[in-house]
Amino acid sequence: MVQYLDPPLDLSFAALSDATRRGIIDQLGRGDASITSLADNFQMTLTGMKKHVQVLERAGLVVTQKVGRVRTCKLGKRGLKAEAEWIEAHRKLFEARFEALDEIISEMKQEESDDSAS
Amino acid sequence: MTQQVNSASSGPNRTSVERRGDRELVVTRTFNAPPSTVYRAWSQPELFQRWWVPKSVSGVSLVSCDMDVRTGGKYRLEFGAGGSDTMAFYGKYLEVVPNERIVWTNDEGEEGAITTVTFKDQGGRTLLNFHEVYPSKEALEEALQGSAAALPEQLEQLDELLSSIDQ
Repeated sequence: MVQYLDPPLDLSFAALSDATRRGIIDQLGRGDASITSLADNFQMTLTGMKKHVQVLERAGLVVTQKVGRVRTCKLGKRGLKAEAEWIEAHRKLFEARFEALDEIISEMKQEESDDSAS
Repeated sequence: MTQQVNSASSGPNRTSVERRGDRELVVTRTFNAPPSTVYRAWSQPELFQRWWVPKSVSGVSLVSCDMDVRTGGKYRLEFGAGGSDTMAFYGKYLEVVPNERIVWTNDEGEEGAITTVTFKDQGGRTLLNFHEVYPSKEALEEALQGSAAALPEQLEQLDELLSSIDQ
């Protein structure tokens, strides 16, 4: 038993302790999928797959969204975290770039005003 | 939908970075100079190479920078981290309208993005919009690198952990 773990960690640990659920995570890592297609791929009933997805969803490993009659599953917070990190990396890069560009633009403006003054 | 953050003209200019939809990265910022000045800093290699690769972030420096900024022209940037290994970024300019827009390809990868930068005059200042479109959702996700790549490793660790626990 793993009583000493925090509840969320405990939940994801329990969620990932099943080989099928690990397979689902693996597949979603390659792209989003509907519950129906997941059930087909893992040769399970729709009800069985729904239960697995629910467990993963409670652990925050998967998020689902229903559009019309199709419920699509995608990776949960890990995926979102990666996205946030990617955006943040780009922000850092462009802020550094644009600060340097600001300096160069100041120089250029200075040169222009020097030219027009002479 | 997307929110546009416009800072007060007295304050520092804000860099806004967002992912739009499945395939697009959008960066906007205002500069305190007219488009003709900002465009020059983007189109003259000797100026461009002084700011495009900030050392503070990348830890690498430009070894060479060839840019023929006109429609149909080519560019090639080579980076190095001090050793003999260099990394090249190259492509061609699909469209160049001086002081207004530059569109280029990124050909170093399998599925390169198309980058468009536009310069809009706002009463003597310039609103710059940097827009990158990836050919597919997968190509952008590839650039995201993070979660999926790390997961199999985590699952393997979990497998090991589980096999070491008496169930």
